[in-house]
Amino acid sequence: MSSVHLNNIVKRFGAVTAVQKTSLEIQEGAFVTLLGPSGCGKTTNLRMIAGLLDPTEGEILIDGKRVNDVPIHKRNLGLVFQNYALFPHKTVAENVAFGLKYRDVPSSDISRRVTEALELVQLPDVGERYPKELSGGQQQRIALARAIVIEPDVLLLDEPLSALDANLREDMRVELKRIQERIGVTTVFVTHDQSEALAMSDQIVVMSAGRVEQVGAPEEVYNTPASEFVANFLGASNILAAECKSRSAEGVELETPIFGKLVVPAEKAPNLGGAGPAKLVIRAEKLLVAAKDAAAPDGVISVPATIEAVDYQGQAVRYFVRAGEAQLQAINMIDQRPFAAGDEVNLRLRPIDCAALPDQ
Amino acid sequence: MSVEAREARQPWILLSPALTAVFLLLFVPLLFIVVYSFWLRTATGADQVGFFLDNWREALSDAFYRDILLFTLKIATITTLVCALMGYPAAYVIARSKGNKALLLLLLMLPFWISYIIRTMSWINILGVSGALNTALLYVGVIDEPIQMLYNQTTVILGLVHFLLPFMILNVFVSLEGIDTNLEDAANSLGATRWQAFLQVTLPLSLPGLAAGGLLCFVLGAGTYITPLVLGGPSDAMFANLVFEAIITQLNWPLGSALSLMLLAVLGALVMVYNRYLGMAQLMKGLG
Repeated sequence: MSSVHLNNIVKRFGAVTAVQKTSLEIQEGAFVTLLGPSGCGKTTNLRMIAGLLDPTEGEILIDGKRVNDVPIHKRNLGLVFQNYALFPHKTVAENVAFGLKYRDVPSSDISRRVTEALELVQLPDVGERYPKELSGGQQQRIALARAIVIEPDVLLLDEPLSALDANLREDMRVELKRIQERIGVTTVFVTHDQSEALAMSDQIVVMSAGRVEQVGAPEEVYNTPASEFVANFLGASNILAAECKSRSAEGVELETPIFGKLVVPAEKAPNLGGAGPAKLVIRAEKLLVAAKDAAAPDGVISVPATIEAVDYQGQAVRYFVRAGEAQLQAINMIDQRPFAAGDEVNLRLRPIDCAALPDQ
Repeated sequence: MSVEAREARQPWILLSPALTAVFLLLFVPLLFIVVYSFWLRTATGADQVGFFLDNWREALSDAFYRDILLFTLKIATITTLVCALMGYPAAYVIARSKGNKALLLLLLMLPFWISYIIRTMSWINILGVSGALNTALLYVGVIDEPIQMLYNQTTVILGLVHFLLPFMILNVFVSLEGIDTNLEDAANSLGATRWQAFLQVTLPLSLPGLAAGGLLCFVLGAGTYITPLVLGGPSDAMFANLVFEAIITQLNWPLGSALSLMLLAVLGALVMVYNRYLGMAQLMKGLG
């Protein structure tokens, strides 16, 4: 178990800057996810920690020791790839034992540790088989067993679930988290899938265009996005232009054309200084579509709107709603039956569910 | 006609032009050769039609033919080994190169644009008595008179390597291309140095390509008569030269037929052994 430190890391490929001045602290034993769209630099960061790429500038510290010049085979890291990367010409047991051969482990211990690792990933009986005889999910478990059997200081996971079917992916997510908690290894997980990131992480590092947009616990990143990018990337959000009137202890007073004046809690607008242009962020699932004639409870803003389109999703429904000039999205659980396109409705909003950003 | 019957016929319809050509241009002439090998050339120079085993008896019992067959296999083996040692690193570099892979492959194909015979003869201009190398050495003053570098076993192997190296590189390249580069990264992350990762992962996974390239080099090398003819001395004749000699020079078609079938049998047996253990699929991959 070890901490990982990125210190002003820059990575350039020729004229392209893949990672710009990134600093990051990963605590011992933490499960940290690098989340972002493709090309945001998350995999580049992971590969630099692994030693597969050298940073152009900056330092990487593992357990406080600079590892920039330590070659990959001496870093003692567990690496799991999206495409499993099992050795096709070796049996499962040989795959798992591979790293132990380079670690002066006595041969009697090798077979015991291989067995333990296979038990940990719940595939105790496949040691004699070849990788291609296993399903994708099983292969990824073997890849995980191969990475953790060496007792790595840090476990690095590069989109390990992306190649799996949707159902399997959710099972593996739980499984992966269980194993990580059991062995307590510091883990860096790279994904573009926000639900994976939210479900598994202690901390999420949201990245875009080579820089870190926000670092925080899943709830924090989800409920209090630090930028428009984060608000849009995690879940569906409505982002409205607003005017910040004032900031006080109880909150930030904003005015928008649609919802009028409302007070957003101060902790939901950490980056908004004082009066001036701002952005109001409303999560799609916090915007409630209600019948036109129903009365709104106290403390809830209610404005008239028209439903333009309905996207039925089974247990939930996504409405595209027009209110004044703006088209908004609302994702609601279905109560009895959803509204239809063309219905006149009321949009309800609690100001405490909103967040506010400075206008960039 | 039912749909099934139509679908079953379709591949044969598409294959028929090629099959016809192979049948008429390869299979039928081969049958003629087989028939010829049992005829007999008389002292008058005419062929006597019949079923005689004389040619076969001569070809199989005469130590002269056996020694030249062994010599041919030796030359082909050395050539194949040299091609493997020279070709593997080159194929590795091409397979791992990022930006200029297309250019490197084009350069690899470039020699095929020039006739194999011309490429072989080009060595005379390089190594000949008045060739480039001798001229340069004379000019610099390292030697006083030209050295005879041509017409020996080494130049035959040199010519064959020159001819066959691209086949080896292409085959190894194709199999290296098919290996996921993450495998080496994974091996490195588990503690293997780059060299250990190569020996443990990349090399074993590329062996089918190396074997396919080796088979091609060996079969093509063992069957050649141009290279020893152009670059070899009197004692460097290979088996195909005997066939050439018998058929073209002596006009002894029956004996030439028996000799060529003998070479075909030896090389065919080798291909069958290869097919038994490695399969033809890899060879097809390398050629395509």
